[in-house]
Amino acid sequence: MNEAKRKLLNKRYRAEANFKLFGQIAIGLALLFLAVFMYKIFSKGYTAFQKTWIVTEVHYDKELMLIETDNPSLEDLENADYYEIAYKAMTRLDPSLPEEDDRQLIQMVAFTYEQEVKNHLLKNPSLLGKIVPIRLTASDDLDQVHKGNYPRDIPEEDRRVNDYQLKIYDMLNERGDILSKFNLSFFTNPDSREAELAGIASSFMGTVFSILVCLAFSFPIAVLAAIYLEEFAPKNKFTDFIEVNINNLAAVPSIVFGLLGLGVLLAVFNLPRSTPLVGGITLSLMTLPTIIIAARASLKAVPPSIREAALAMGASNMQTTMHHTVPLSMPGTLSGTIIGLAQALGETAPLILIGMVAFVNTIPGTPVDPAASLPVQIYIWSESAERGFVEKVSACIMVLLGFLILMNLAAQIIRHKFERKWN
Amino acid sequence: MKKLTIALASLLTMLIVTSAQARDQIKIVGSSTVFPYATIVAERFGSSGKFKTPVIESTGTGGGAKLFCAGVGAEHPDITNASRAMKAKEYALCQKNGVNEIVEITVGNDGITLAFSKDQKPVNFTKKQLWAALAKEVAKDGKLVPNPYKKWSDIDPSLPNYDIKIMVPPGTSGTRDAWNSLVMKKGIDDASKAAGAKYKALREDGAAIEVGENDSLIIQKLAADKEMFGFFGFSYFLAAKDKLQAASIEGGQPSLSSIQDYSYAVARPLFFYVKKAHVGVIPGLHEFVKEFTGKKSIGKKGYLTDIGLVPLDGKLYKTSRTNAVKLVNMPPKK
Repeated sequence: MNEAKRKLLNKRYRAEANFKLFGQIAIGLALLFLAVFMYKIFSKGYTAFQKTWIVTEVHYDKELMLIETDNPSLEDLENADYYEIAYKAMTRLDPSLPEEDDRQLIQMVAFTYEQEVKNHLLKNPSLLGKIVPIRLTASDDLDQVHKGNYPRDIPEEDRRVNDYQLKIYDMLNERGDILSKFNLSFFTNPDSREAELAGIASSFMGTVFSILVCLAFSFPIAVLAAIYLEEFAPKNKFTDFIEVNINNLAAVPSIVFGLLGLGVLLAVFNLPRSTPLVGGITLSLMTLPTIIIAARASLKAVPPSIREAALAMGASNMQTTMHHTVPLSMPGTLSGTIIGLAQALGETAPLILIGMVAFVNTIPGTPVDPAASLPVQIYIWSESAERGFVEKVSACIMVLLGFLILMNLAAQIIRHKFERKWN
Repeated sequence: MKKLTIALASLLTMLIVTSAQARDQIKIVGSSTVFPYATIVAERFGSSGKFKTPVIESTGTGGGAKLFCAGVGAEHPDITNASRAMKAKEYALCQKNGVNEIVEITVGNDGITLAFSKDQKPVNFTKKQLWAALAKEVAKDGKLVPNPYKKWSDIDPSLPNYDIKIMVPPGTSGTRDAWNSLVMKKGIDDASKAAGAKYKALREDGAAIEVGENDSLIIQKLAADKEMFGFFGFSYFLAAKDKLQAASIEGGQPSLSSIQDYSYAVARPLFFYVKKAHVGVIPGLHEFVKEFTGKKSIGKKGYLTDIGLVPLDGKLYKTSRTNAVKLVNMPPKK
């Protein structure tokens, strides 16, 4: 081998090594971004899964509750007055406090404290007349102080929690009367303006309904369109034109579909604003081309010999398609559908246009009840001024990511388990 | 396959039938400044259990008025919140679409707060200086030239020596409208006015940064960028007092008392508008209006005062309450 050839060879090896290196750097960078993103979300959000409680004592005093009978039924308890005993449960923490400053103590718990006291008794009616410990949801400000997310060392007038409240907090904390437990209400409560009460139940249900509506609309239409185009339609300029347009449709920005939903579904068909029904239909416009493309690809992947065998056995075109081709293509179609739905799941822009960016405090029971959706919930919370919502935003992102991972996993499993390879 | 078709068809008819029925939930749209207050009232209203919690959409004052004035009927909202009074144009739109009876209710006051990072020295602006910082064109020797001021100290040597950067809400925002009429309109100098400058026109060279209707995003940016200014409602400032300070305007700081007696130069009232035709049709609408205007919510010790709504003084409160209880129509706007 002469010198020139060796040089050339070395150069080619080097080029290959460099190329590999660039590839590895690219992957490394991608992983780094992902890691930074995950770290940011998790380090901010994990505290949202902890809820802070204040333990105090409540006296279920029949007289103060205006119960007159000796053996009150559940209904009597339901109608009893809880305001005074709940108020007293809080002021008991510092009996020396002058009455006009009571509000400082009340502000340390969520505004639902009266309801919480009531629910506690309704669950354990035998406690009537007794003095028992009870835990009440701490206010979001106190919650943030307890989690160390809110500074204590700044001047009092700049703080949401004043010196007196901090003193009571420290006293309770020393006694072990500040509890930090798993935040179940984050999953069971609807949205709220009070960060300590806000949960994702309403937006989660909104997302589920939207996705179901989206599936109900897009799947049958898309599969029928794909079957017709792939199996029955003549191949000519017109069907080519349709095919190009379906591919174009898949690339249209989602906000355009939102405008379409606003202009047609709301304005012309008068469907109810802010509901998963409208949201789902709007999203289905978006998933439609994705599913059509996936279904056509998997129909194409079924080998012609299957069709020919069926036809040779005397099956009609319709029977061949329905009995053989479509079932064999289903795994690919389904995994394409799930990926399309997962895309729809993360959409915010079209939903904002059709009014799903509303404050909804009730958990929707049907697709025509007003609702938000998970990504929109993230948007709404990120707009709120209260410090307690910062961690909620991250926690909601985690839930959404979990949901997405599950769906993508399902698509992978369907593909690997049921898809047949033709060799 | 057949079963599936039937199931889908029946689902669809069911959906359409139920959606055509009247609403049993109040629908509210409008200002992002009033949004936090309205949602808190709504939540407490709903937690009493008699009525469903109203659904509230934050669309901006302008967007809300457009939806509100689109017509009467269950598909249109019942209430719109506004961080400025309804414009004559909007009132005319309402009239055109058959929304003839509107009740105007003042819920409280708000001071637009010009906030910036706590790490900087306190600063005081006059309206003239703020106009000069934001105007698109200013007069020089009788002619309009594009705004030449790059740094605050270019406007006045006593002001800080760094670049002018102010985040402003979009044109549909009532806060922006109020800022225009309270600061820009009053601050414009005579020479520029004579030369034909429009007080509403903001500079487009990057010193005035238009951001979305997201006041808490502005707060995050202000905390991160020490030379940035931004303005928003007083309640958002109260929640971020550990990071931000308020600039004085015409020598005054925003506070509960200075906003209530309007000694703070950019104080403004907040409103909501009720569609009278929906009262009695949408369950709980009148009760909600009463709850919103109750002493418990917007009074001196009300729960909205806790988060920064500045209460009305006695006489104004009485008018508001009477309007709410008796559903008095607002006078026509021309």
